[in-house]
Amino acid sequence: MSEIFIENHNQKLKDLIFKRRLWNIFIIISLLIAVLLSSSIIDINSSRLLNGLPRLGDYISQILPSLDSSSLFLDSNKEGSIAYWYFNLPKYLKLLFETFNMALLATIIGSSIALLLSFLSAKNTAPNSFIYFMTRRTLEFFRGVPEIIFAILFVWALGIGPIAGIIAMTLHTTGSLGKLFSEVHENSDIKPREALKASGGNWPSEMKFGLLPQVLPNLISYTLLRFEINIRASTILGFVGAGGIGQELYLVINFNYYEEVSAIILLIILTVISIDLLSEYLRKNVIEVDNVR
Amino acid sequence: MKSLKITNLKKRFKNINAVNGISLEINEGEIIGIIGRSGAGKSTLLRMINRLVQPSEGSIEFDDINITSLKGKALRKWRSECAMIFQQFNLVERIDVLTNVLIGSLGRNYNFLNLIGVFSKKEKINALKNLDRFDLSEKALQKAGTLSGGQQQRVAIARALMQKPKILLADEPISSLDPKNAQRVMDDMLKINREDGITIICNLHSLDVAKKYCDRLIGLSDGRVVFDGAPDDLTTEISKELYDIDNE
Repeated sequence: MSEIFIENHNQKLKDLIFKRRLWNIFIIISLLIAVLLSSSIIDINSSRLLNGLPRLGDYISQILPSLDSSSLFLDSNKEGSIAYWYFNLPKYLKLLFETFNMALLATIIGSSIALLLSFLSAKNTAPNSFIYFMTRRTLEFFRGVPEIIFAILFVWALGIGPIAGIIAMTLHTTGSLGKLFSEVHENSDIKPREALKASGGNWPSEMKFGLLPQVLPNLISYTLLRFEINIRASTILGFVGAGGIGQELYLVINFNYYEEVSAIILLIILTVISIDLLSEYLRKNVIEVDNVR
Repeated sequence: MKSLKITNLKKRFKNINAVNGISLEINEGEIIGIIGRSGAGKSTLLRMINRLVQPSEGSIEFDDINITSLKGKALRKWRSECAMIFQQFNLVERIDVLTNVLIGSLGRNYNFLNLIGVFSKKEKINALKNLDRFDLSEKALQKAGTLSGGQQQRVAIARALMQKPKILLADEPISSLDPKNAQRVMDDMLKINREDGITIICNLHSLDVAKKYCDRLIGLSDGRVVFDGAPDDLTTEISKELYDIDNE
């Protein structure tokens, strides 16, 4: 009796494993076909790509500064010194500060609106399903339109300058953080909220005491991450006239001021890296320590 | 004398009758133990009294007020008079013990300043006094999640007392505690019943604990009352039926 049972069981297990393998092979083959199809559509073997690639190297060697080791630390009048390369540094720093402030403002305003909307767009906190549906779709719209499109629109409407970039990034930040925040709410524990409700607490106090303490570390973490993204985005937005260092970068690229291109790009990279490191440090040490306790 | 009167109370979840026609009268100051196996409807009954669950049929009355039809502010007032503690304590683990206790005052005495964490001095003193009754005042500024299970449940009782309740509903309050902490929690509940005259309705898994602490036991099986009387009247046969021992 028991041997037959084990025999049956083994057979079942084998069947299951066989089915799963078949399914995996099917997925791998379909992926391969998809890759082949799409590479033939975008014409990846074209001679244009092959001939064009080396030119990338040419451009990079052109924008590199001609530094001279003997005059490296001389003042900005001597060719080959760092000071000569960065003769425009005060202007760059002012524009970088503008870019930084654009990202900061957009993150603060965007995350505040996102926080308000997230209560309406989470299944377990929304007052009713109609509001839930409408808020979700609105957030999807703001998230779905790339910020550069918003920026072009607002530069056209409000004129060249950082205001257009700030509004564009704020809208996109609201859209993406609103979705992330509401998903954090949906994963929250119902028990503290139940206690608040059972003691006669109203909806605002249920949210403030039952929900927020649980979700706050995650919300802060997502907001910092968004700030990093916005720093990068705000440099790009300058290309369409939305203010900051990006606008200057676009200018020097167009006028072929080769050495200034590398000077600005290096500054942007250094800024992005330091902001990333700082926010990673904040996330790890301020938030996760609290999580582990 | 104020009493809680339940008449033909029913609750259906889809096609399951969780509570299937319960009628009871509970007097002020009693300690009631509700016993029965899992799924007998104990938890649903307590939740309906507090209106966390809306009854499908029947009525609950307290002091001649119909509880089942309360809405908005009146409902919140009833909930604040009818405190509840839970098996998993349901504290806000990330904030300090004192604030957790102060949360109990939100239903009774709400002020929009509470939302930014400001509470009146009077309520703070009140909260500390309540913590002190359970020897927990020195833990007041610790995060609630750092306390042991037994301590957390006693904080939950202190929070319930902040509501100045007339009734305390306890849903399996000792099921996730070790025997020593369980005894401490039960002793504290007995204390607030004797000293403050708060009616206690308590779901219990353990028959021994129920017999030791309760004035009156109510046995539920399949959503119906199958026993209602003093602990001494509970015969072995009835308890066998309650816990369905023959069938297992």
